[in-house]
Amino acid sequence: MTERPAWAPQGIDLSMPSVSRIYDYYLGGSHNFEVDREAARQAMAAYPGLPKIMQANRAFLRRAVRFAVAEGVTRFLDIGSGIPTFGNVHEIAQRADPRSRVVYVDHDPVAVEHSRAVLAGNDRATVVAADLRSPDDILGSPPVAELLAPGRPVALLLVAVLHFLQDADEPRKAVAGLRDALPSGSLLILTHATEQDGPMRPEAGERVRGVYQAIGSPLCTRSRDRVADFFEGFTLVEPGLVPMDAWRPEDDGPGAPAPGGMDGRAGAAGFAGVGRKP
Amino acid sequence: MTGAPNGRTLYGTAAAQPSPAPEEPARDAEELERTRAFAAIWCRAVHPAAGTPMTRPEFERYLRPLAARLRDALRAQPFDPRPGAEVGAALVHGHCTDPDALPLILGAVDAYLPLYCPPGAGRTAGEDRARCTRLQHALAAGFARALRERTLAEQEAISRAALAAQAQTEQALHTSEARFRAVFEGAAIGVGIADVDGHITDVNDALVRMFRSLDHPVAGRNVGELVHPQDSPEVWGLYAELVRGDRDHYRVEKPYYRGDGSVLWTDLSVTLLRDAQGRPQYQLALMEDITERRLLHERLRHQATHDDLTGLPNRALFFERLDKALESGGADEDFGLCYLDIDGFKAVNDSLGHGVGDQLLVAVAERLRSCVTGPHELIARLGGDEFVALITGPGAQRDVTALARRMLDALAEPVRLDGRHLSVRASIGIVDGPVGELGAAEVLRSADITMYRAKAAGGNRYEVADADSDARAIARHDLTNCLPGALDNGEFFIEYQPLVRLADGTVRGAEALVRWLHPVHGVLGPDQFIPLAESTGLIVPLGRWVLEEAARQARAWRNDDSCPLPLRVNVNLSPAQLRYPSLVAETVAVLDNAGLEPSALCLEVTESALIGADEEELRPLRQLADLGVDIALDDFGTGYSNLSYLRRLPVSTLKLDRSFTRGMQCAPADPVDVKIVEGIVSLAHTLDLSVTVEGVETGTQADHLRILGCETAQGWYYARPGPPERLHALSLADASS
Repeated sequence: MTERPAWAPQGIDLSMPSVSRIYDYYLGGSHNFEVDREAARQAMAAYPGLPKIMQANRAFLRRAVRFAVAEGVTRFLDIGSGIPTFGNVHEIAQRADPRSRVVYVDHDPVAVEHSRAVLAGNDRATVVAADLRSPDDILGSPPVAELLAPGRPVALLLVAVLHFLQDADEPRKAVAGLRDALPSGSLLILTHATEQDGPMRPEAGERVRGVYQAIGSPLCTRSRDRVADFFEGFTLVEPGLVPMDAWRPEDDGPGAPAPGGMDGRAGAAGFAGVGRKP
Repeated sequence: MTGAPNGRTLYGTAAAQPSPAPEEPARDAEELERTRAFAAIWCRAVHPAAGTPMTRPEFERYLRPLAARLRDALRAQPFDPRPGAEVGAALVHGHCTDPDALPLILGAVDAYLPLYCPPGAGRTAGEDRARCTRLQHALAAGFARALRERTLAEQEAISRAALAAQAQTEQALHTSEARFRAVFEGAAIGVGIADVDGHITDVNDALVRMFRSLDHPVAGRNVGELVHPQDSPEVWGLYAELVRGDRDHYRVEKPYYRGDGSVLWTDLSVTLLRDAQGRPQYQLALMEDITERRLLHERLRHQATHDDLTGLPNRALFFERLDKALESGGADEDFGLCYLDIDGFKAVNDSLGHGVGDQLLVAVAERLRSCVTGPHELIARLGGDEFVALITGPGAQRDVTALARRMLDALAEPVRLDGRHLSVRASIGIVDGPVGELGAAEVLRSADITMYRAKAAGGNRYEVADADSDARAIARHDLTNCLPGALDNGEFFIEYQPLVRLADGTVRGAEALVRWLHPVHGVLGPDQFIPLAESTGLIVPLGRWVLEEAARQARAWRNDDSCPLPLRVNVNLSPAQLRYPSLVAETVAVLDNAGLEPSALCLEVTESALIGADEEELRPLRQLADLGVDIALDDFGTGYSNLSYLRRLPVSTLKLDRSFTRGMQCAPADPVDVKIVEGIVSLAHTLDLSVTVEGVETGTQADHLRILGCETAQGWYYARPGPPERLHALSLADASS
């Protein structure tokens, strides 16, 4: 672990909305405050289908985690995990295989504290306060170092988080840094917001981005090619990098609507993919 | 699966994927089928709005036991609606939390439950309808209660998390604050904090010590008050940018007044601290006391840029300022430069010693310093007795001559040193003009040349540079620069012009004439470089070389048995050589080395060199004459000759200038010329001097001169100057004729 002076974190300002709590609100949760709900309502006023997009994202997460366990990968590193809502990685994974180990990483101190509370008593899941922009901090934390013990493949989850990194934050470098630390056979499970062929009209996309800009977490949507760049050093598993709902959809029965529900295109608001490190 | 008392339990159980309860046994397969059919319809209606992460099949499986409970409640005897509330709660726990789902839930129950779960025996459809309605009421209440519990629990959980996070942050802040305090108080560098209005709120002990300001605290003052006359021009601009938020940091060297009025020099680093929204909030100043370092630096700088002897700025500083003045290209920027050299300073040094010379320089420096009227004027000592004054700014061109006059005036009164009164005269070369046209080296060279012009014009004056005199001087200067190398490189050679005895036309000797084969300018005659060699002192080695060369040549002629007569050689002696103390000894040595008797050599000295010479100055010539060396008075008749003086000179020959005999080139000869030459020859013979005539160009002329009694002739009629072999040939031809 790197020796650094423990400078005080930036103070917690509960008058500022948090992306984690807004996300929770989209999903129907109540782990949020009025400022979060107000921001979420503004975004939803621009594009009412946002909750469906989040649900499509959650649904992909669930399918991808189950896929990982089915592939024998039972160690999970979930970066940008946010507020633990129902259907979290450790629930899905440990249900599929009780030996599954999960380390959550988030830079929102409230989300981290909440995760700590939720995970108390679960000795196979823990949370680390760190920022994806500083992958060395993540890799240097003892829980992650332990999780990444050589020889055991790990599923690295970067679900709905990379679009909060601007190009200036060098997200590719961050992903590459993490990739290099992963044992062979590890998986990258990734979703990323896009406006390429997405369901939102450009004006709506503009307004939604405006909301996130205003709360200090600007949203950087990317094209499919740019998202594919994150898989450098990984081999994409079938069906490749696709709209979230098109990634190994489960049989919901004949005539069932897409997991996006009423708005069948919600899944197209993000690309999803799983890659394997050779 | 009721509402959880706290978040942890909620998430430990309810938040996990709810497991469907085992379906209660149906009474028969047909009833089971009907219940499942209801669950499928119910699922299809509710799932899209449910917000659950469960897939539809999962959700449908989740609904089946709930459907069975409703079915059984509908039938139970006696009727009890409470299972409806439990179903409502179970739906919430199944993450079916969207209020919009409730109408769909109830709508499906209302429309399809009685249809797929028909009443058993003994109850009417109306009775069942009423039971179904009451079940829906209970379900709605259970849903609402569970949702409320869940909401409250989640709100409580997130609040706890926020509190915990805040507590942790505060703890970290506290630790950090303690750490910062320790740094702040223990730091060796001065630390100060001010708000963006400049109000200084905190300073550490190190800063207080630096300012020696116990009586007059720094804290509480405003940053804006801390101005100092030596502040660099940009420092307050940087400060303004920082407090405006346009800049996050700057670092400067800044002086402050200490409490006791002395100056404190600091290496100051200022950082802007912003609040969470990025608004400028505080400024943090870190300062290191560099007063000592700066003083040392200034002292070293002063030493490096000032003259030890006079304390004036030195050459380095002068050139720095000159370069700066010449490049700062304002439209109306002028410069003026006076280059001053003390006339005859070397004589002071030589006669009174260097100590007095130095004192004189100090006194001159002091006088010149007093001529400066403002910061746009600089007096520097370049070295030796050379001083320079530089004026810059508009009007410099106009003011520079006034400055030159002031400088001459300042030196007019004799300097008193050790009871002596020393008159100081100086020559000044002035260069002026607009900046941006000349470089420093050109300016100084022009000033130097112009100063020499002032000296040549008699000294104690100034001259102003002009392009023509510069060009002439520069050409001269270039040749002068090449001279020393030319001697080393063997670029000089000697031509010989025969001296013919008029009586019989035999060659008796030759005058050695030095030439310079200049690599660029070709062959140069003595008049083009001898004056330069005289002014630089090179004439002494050059003269020695000519003498040696000519003596060697005379020896060679004499060694040649075919040569009928022992040939003599005439060598020119410049005035500078006359004053050269080793002249006699070196001449004797040259003759000895060549194995020549003194009478084989004739030294030619110009008339002008001997005019006014006293006995002391004539002594070397007299010694040489006593040894047997012939001395010829060259160019006789071109200067004003005091003929009575002639007899005191140790000369044996007069060389008559060509101007006297030009009138005899044709027949009949100019009678006035004939008379004059006749007179001179007569006088010479009276004084026992022989006469040699230069510039004989015709046979008629030669005849006249012979008749007039001249002994020797020299000129193109006989031969132009040429290589030594030609003379030999001429001499042979002469003997055979």
